[in-house]
Amino acid sequence: MSEQVGPSGEGLGPRRAYETAPGGDGPPAFGEEPGLGPRRAYETVVGLEVHCELRTATKLFCACRNAFGDDPNTNVCPVCLGLPGSLPVLNARAVELAMRIGEALHCEVRRSIFHRKNYFYPDMPKDYQVSQYDEPINVDGWLELPDGSRVGIERAHLEEDTGSNRHVGGDGRIHNADYSLVDYNRAGVPLVEIVSRPDIRSAEQARAYVSELRAILVAIGASDGKMEEGSLRVDANVSVRPAGSDQLGTRCEVKNLNSLRSLGRAIDHEAARQWELLQAGERVVQETRHWNEAQGRTVSGRSKEEAYDYRYFPEPDLVPVDPGEAWRDEVRRALPMLPAARRERLARAAGLSPAGVATVVELDLDTLVLAAISAGADGRRAVNRAANEVAADLDGARRLDPAAFTKLLLLEDAGKLTATQAKQVLAEMLASGGDPEELAAARGFKAMEAAEVAAQVDALIAAHPGEWERFRGGDAKVTGFFVGKVMKATQGKADGRAVTALLQERAELS
Amino acid sequence: MSIGLGTARETAGAVRRGELTARQVVEEHLERIAVGDGEVHAFNLVLADEARAAADAVDHRVAAGEDPGPLAGVPVALKDNLCTRGVPTTCSSRILEGWRPPYDATVVERVAAAGGVVVGKTNLDEFAMGSSTENSAFGPTRNPRDFTRVPGGSSGGSAAAVAAGMAPLALGSDTGGSIRQPAALCGVVGVKPTYGVVSRYGLIAFASSLDQVGPFAATVADAALLLDVIAGHDPADSTSVPNPPAGLLAHLGDGIEGLRVGVVRELTEGVDPDVARRLQEAGDALAGAGAKVDEVSVPATIHGLPAYYLIAPAEASSNLARYDGVRYGLRVDGNDIGAMYGATRAAGFGPEVKRRIMLGTYALSAGYYDAYYGQAQRVRTLIIADFEAAYASFDVLVSPTSPTTAFPLGSKSENPLAMYLSDVCTIPSNLAGHPAMSVPFGTGDDGLPVGVQVMAPSLGEPVMFRVAAALEKAAPA
Repeated sequence: MSEQVGPSGEGLGPRRAYETAPGGDGPPAFGEEPGLGPRRAYETVVGLEVHCELRTATKLFCACRNAFGDDPNTNVCPVCLGLPGSLPVLNARAVELAMRIGEALHCEVRRSIFHRKNYFYPDMPKDYQVSQYDEPINVDGWLELPDGSRVGIERAHLEEDTGSNRHVGGDGRIHNADYSLVDYNRAGVPLVEIVSRPDIRSAEQARAYVSELRAILVAIGASDGKMEEGSLRVDANVSVRPAGSDQLGTRCEVKNLNSLRSLGRAIDHEAARQWELLQAGERVVQETRHWNEAQGRTVSGRSKEEAYDYRYFPEPDLVPVDPGEAWRDEVRRALPMLPAARRERLARAAGLSPAGVATVVELDLDTLVLAAISAGADGRRAVNRAANEVAADLDGARRLDPAAFTKLLLLEDAGKLTATQAKQVLAEMLASGGDPEELAAARGFKAMEAAEVAAQVDALIAAHPGEWERFRGGDAKVTGFFVGKVMKATQGKADGRAVTALLQERAELS
Repeated sequence: MSIGLGTARETAGAVRRGELTARQVVEEHLERIAVGDGEVHAFNLVLADEARAAADAVDHRVAAGEDPGPLAGVPVALKDNLCTRGVPTTCSSRILEGWRPPYDATVVERVAAAGGVVVGKTNLDEFAMGSSTENSAFGPTRNPRDFTRVPGGSSGGSAAAVAAGMAPLALGSDTGGSIRQPAALCGVVGVKPTYGVVSRYGLIAFASSLDQVGPFAATVADAALLLDVIAGHDPADSTSVPNPPAGLLAHLGDGIEGLRVGVVRELTEGVDPDVARRLQEAGDALAGAGAKVDEVSVPATIHGLPAYYLIAPAEASSNLARYDGVRYGLRVDGNDIGAMYGATRAAGFGPEVKRRIMLGTYALSAGYYDAYYGQAQRVRTLIIADFEAAYASFDVLVSPTSPTTAFPLGSKSENPLAMYLSDVCTIPSNLAGHPAMSVPFGTGDDGLPVGVQVMAPSLGEPVMFRVAAALEKAAPA
């Protein structure tokens, strides 16, 4: 095996922020549609196959550039074009990244061999794909989601990517096309295919899994995480079963999921489709289905009469890869702290739950927040400001001076700025920098004196006796009413927490 | 113009010393090709202009006081499954019609770097599948010793080119005997090195775990000269060994006093009586030269042929999938992609290639893999173990190279099984990955050459060559 990749210092580069996984924009839950039985009469079972393009400088078996978006067929050579007589040489950097993935997913990282997966397709120069079959490099791991649930990882193996086809004319599929164009730039790009166990039970959990996996892959430098460029591609194996059953139903493999949104919608749709079939007394046919984002449904893919027999056999042009204990140790030691551990660390520092700090870690803002907390800032407030105000301007976040952020939080903690004022100052710091104290002074911001606030509160109590009675009777919902009124009257200069405290005090005294 | 030429070593020496020009040498051989190849058809393509230019470059280096290398000015013929930059490389198949590789095979680079002059591309059984060079899309090669006979195969063109004196040296490839068997049938020396000693980069694959490039020459020393040039680690071939044997030439004359030579019983049974007699004489000659010669049993070798005819076609079915009409070579259009694939491959491949693709596809199929490919791999392990056991008691093993002398053209074309049996003695070394070579040793009752095969353990080329040199010295005139 020869090292044929670029400089070994090929670094992890800046991490990228990306779309978070908002819940609940999928189609309505199936059971809410008319005539389809009670909600949650069935359980959705999902296993995911995630193809991750590795961020190497060169391809898996040759020295061609591994790059997205170059002119077609410019990053090609005899090896990745599969020209007669050419032979593969394994990229050591790709092996190392695969090992990192294995270690990060708590897999057993072990000696592996390559197999040939034989089938004819024009985007595959050799008409076989070099992949790993029954002796993959990583097996038996798990991934912990922010909510604490664990999804088992069956395997994460190395393989080469195919080229890409463009079918011109017809319906855009190969069989009715007038002609097809093939770009082999992607052929031979290193992939790791991460196969989960069927442990996922909902679309939401599937999205959380992919989101977490992506965060890990980006954190360890294995992937750029760009689903839209195809550097992360997800296939979902979906089946359904009656709630409470422990039997696995017949599954369909859903492909063409180009975003987290598609993934969630496709799983919900596919599960509903299958359950409807079963309710009607029909069978689910095991097949590949394609998600059609525009129509919001899955459609049957390749027909099973073309069922492939891949005729796997050991790739004779490559030798076994045995990383050895020393290399494994080195890779393990070089792993950065992973998102789960970072959530844990921040949660402990902020006094919150790991799920409560997930966004901050996901956006790579945890170092900023930790610095503020260790300088004495209130943990919950630091997390909230980062997850909301800082997150709203991620470009600005890169320029944000951690010391200035800390100073702002301490001002707010000390009651010298109200929440509303602090948010405005922070927005300005993100947009153009500056010292929070000076910015606040320039805007004339200053928290109101306690006596002034007390006067406002007392006036309000007198003006709204009905609400006050409710508050005294323990109706906490009325708190907002009073706080809102004070804020309005003081144009946001009052501190909400101080107002609440005053209300409590008055209620206890009266 | 005619010049007196000795061996390749002598020619290279004369050119290096400036006593002979490379241009004179190449003209002499181009002349021989022009005169003889109409009948023999050793060459698919003669590279006359390129050879003259390469020879002139060698002469310029000599004139400038430089040393062009150990093959200075020596013409070398290349089996037409070795990639040559910008020059058609056909595998004697229609499927590669019009294709010109954009690169040279590693062995081709090494030959050129050593001052060798490529004179042409030689005929072969299509994709190296065959034992007679009759399975060529461009017609058969004839045996220069007898034009009614086959030269053996699949490297028949290279063997014939050397036997006819059209090139002092040639390269072939040996997957199941494709260098040694034609060498035996044409009366020249042919070597299959240890798997991994010579780079396969640029050798168009037939069966990747068995293929190995090796030399043809008129003498054992010339074969050693060429193997010394082409052997060596190649980072472009992952199966290349890190430290292959070097300096074979230097030890050829070391003698075989005290070496233990085993005559493999299983590979000697069932061969023609005149061939068996020659092997007996060869054993006697080695004993006369001081070796201890005994019969030895290597039992698993009898399973070599069936194991080979599962493993080699299985790998071939995958290796030859890429000839699909999409990127290069022949394309026959069809209504859709499947029809184009089918029409292209139907028109582009000959019957033997199709037969082996079908055999191999079947052997790898779901449900059959373990019974066929898996079982054949287990046989392979057994063969290696049995050879290792034999090498505990012997330095080298010998057998006939081929059970028969050269057979008449067409005599086995309709009977693939009879043809496959031609390789029964040579296949075990490929399955084991061990080195083996064929040395001419007299003739059969028909007056045609007989070859003796010398086999050695992995990386045992030095001892194998010493025994070959002793056999050559003792061979009947």
